Amino acid sequence: MKYMDEYRDRKLIDNLVGQITKRASRPYTFMEVCGGHTMAIHKFGIPSLLPGGIRLKSGPGCPVCVTAKTYIDRAITYARMPDVIVCTYGDLLRVPGSRGSLYDQRAKGSDIRMVYSLLEALRVAREHPNRRVVFLGIGFETTAPGSAVGILQADRERLSNFFVLSSHKLMPPAMDAIAEDGVAIDGYLCPGHVSTITGSAMYRHIAEDYGLACVVSGFEPSDILQSLLMLIVQLEAQQPKVEIQYKRAVRPEGNIKARNFMDQVFVPRDDWWRGLGELKNSGLAIRKEYQHHDAEYAMPVEVTTQEEDHGCICGEVLKGHSEPTDCPLFASACNPVHPIGACMVSSEGACQAFYKYKRYE
Amino acid sequence: MSERILLSHGSGGELTHRLIEELFVAHFDNDQLRKLSDSSLLGRRNDEILFTTDSYVVDPIFFPGGDIGKLSVCGTVNDLAVAGAQPAYLSAGFIIEEGFPMEDLRRVVASMAREAKQAGVQIVTGDTKVVNKGKADKIFINTSGVGFLHPHLGSSLNGRGIKEGDKIIVNGHLGEHGLAVLAAREDLQISSQIHSDCASLNGLINKILNQVEGVRMMRDLTRGGLATVMCELAGQANIGIHLEEDDLPAGEQVKGLCEMLGLDPLYLANEGKFVAMVDARSADKMMDVMRADPLGRNARVIGEVVEEHPSRVVMQTRIGGRRIIEMLTGEQLPRIC
Repeated sequence: MKYMDEYRDRKLIDNLVGQITKRASRPYTFMEVCGGHTMAIHKFGIPSLLPGGIRLKSGPGCPVCVTAKTYIDRAITYARMPDVIVCTYGDLLRVPGSRGSLYDQRAKGSDIRMVYSLLEALRVAREHPNRRVVFLGIGFETTAPGSAVGILQADRERLSNFFVLSSHKLMPPAMDAIAEDGVAIDGYLCPGHVSTITGSAMYRHIAEDYGLACVVSGFEPSDILQSLLMLIVQLEAQQPKVEIQYKRAVRPEGNIKARNFMDQVFVPRDDWWRGLGELKNSGLAIRKEYQHHDAEYAMPVEVTTQEEDHGCICGEVLKGHSEPTDCPLFASACNPVHPIGACMVSSEGACQAFYKYKRYE
Repeated sequence: MSERILLSHGSGGELTHRLIEELFVAHFDNDQLRKLSDSSLLGRRNDEILFTTDSYVVDPIFFPGGDIGKLSVCGTVNDLAVAGAQPAYLSAGFIIEEGFPMEDLRRVVASMAREAKQAGVQIVTGDTKVVNKGKADKIFINTSGVGFLHPHLGSSLNGRGIKEGDKIIVNGHLGEHGLAVLAAREDLQISSQIHSDCASLNGLINKILNQVEGVRMMRDLTRGGLATVMCELAGQANIGIHLEEDDLPAGEQVKGLCEMLGLDPLYLANEGKFVAMVDARSADKMMDVMRADPLGRNARVIGEVVEEHPSRVVMQTRIGGRRIIEMLTGEQLPRIC
């Protein structure tokens, strides 16, 4: 396929692996913080190509995995209301809340629809003026501008039956928390899509304060291998800094227009991350001006949630302290058909990626 | 006939009789049906009999490359053919939602008749029920099929004798049915040129069984796609399966749309594809036979049976990495057949 095959060329890949092997004078551990990277790494079998000393850990970059249980419980509470249609990205359907998932709730008769974009949810709201439509807004800086535009559009159209339940999160506070926590990594494979919006400047203090190498990477195998090589070159020269490998999509200043939409609609707040706990200014709340489209404000409900899972070590996996196989539940009680922890739910989750692509190696 | 299906079309009375005679018998046209008896007498034969059933609920009912009628014939024909049977007779049961347009039913039935003729099978018995509006979605079809074991085979193709070195062959491009149906859904608003591969495979499979020795087993690649079938086979026969990503046949449009939607052609449904395991010595002959047929034009050897990793499927990725292939979990796309 054009514009795709070029990045999957065997010779190019072999060359990059050769250079990585040659340049790395000691073992290195890097963390990819984007779920898309986790997927690509396992889909293409990249770990099986790397020399033994180079290890990759999966960070908290799967939005579904870090979504708090209470969020799922709240969404299910809305779904139970007879006049409500819940619209969600497919990945969220199977995430377990305290008492079942949206998937289970749909089987009980609730109107829960899978959408590929927020525009579909807006259409549902237009087509059902007598019902309330709640869109589950999850994701990082990548999807938050889309939700912002959707809310602005609903506001312009006076779609008074359209609401967003925001669990949008910001990536840098999580990367800070992991660096702060002293996780043994040498550098970050920085998220490609998040960085198209945020730009690369926000990683500078991670390199400066914690001495971690940072490279913003694309999603093709040659992108990832080139980024790993760039990380190694930085560290071999003892000059950790921020570089962009994914130049065809990411500019240092990011996408200013998209950020303006985000700022117009959202305001940062402290937020709960499954596995990481509460992180300061790490989530996005809908501003007062648009609270008539904010499900939390306009449709208040009481939910009681128990956040902890017995025996599940998703938090340790997200922080890179543990491998999925360290978990007593992994591949026995917890598997993709019956996920217990959130990392097993999403195809971008570290545990599911591990289960699918690496379990027997 | 009225323009829409009414509850009384399924009541067994006057309207039911007219529907049967003017629509079903007229299109499916054969001696058995014309007798309008409760059961069809199929006569006496000395061969091994194979029997199968499947229900069809695809949404939308018309999609590029096919419709629910065509699908309900070739799906059941293929289930028989891959087991080594020569399909002969089908039944057809319809569950129709009240208010369903008669014109659409006519199109579906005509399509079934066309596909049955193409595949050389007769639809010899049937049933129609109509349910209240909202109690079913437009139309559901069940077909059961009877076939007779191919004369060159001693038993159905159950994978007996699979051994290390056997080649794995697929008859063409993967993922077309799944994506054609997905793209045809109004709520997605994707425009594509992808057509469903929906086709009866019994002709091609008959040629293979006539000419090629050492065919160990065949499976059609419907829901769950190639990946799921490979995992099932590896588990059931306790063999290791090695696949080469570079050799998996898929069209450019399928690959492109999959990249865009985050889907994997390995897991997408097909309705005119099958995978065969064959003695390595017969692989070339098998490829020749397949490629001479329009339904096998893009056939490829995609991997082989290996001694390592019993009951697991491992794929060498196109960049040279290794990856474990697992069964589909959950549903990639609901209601695709």
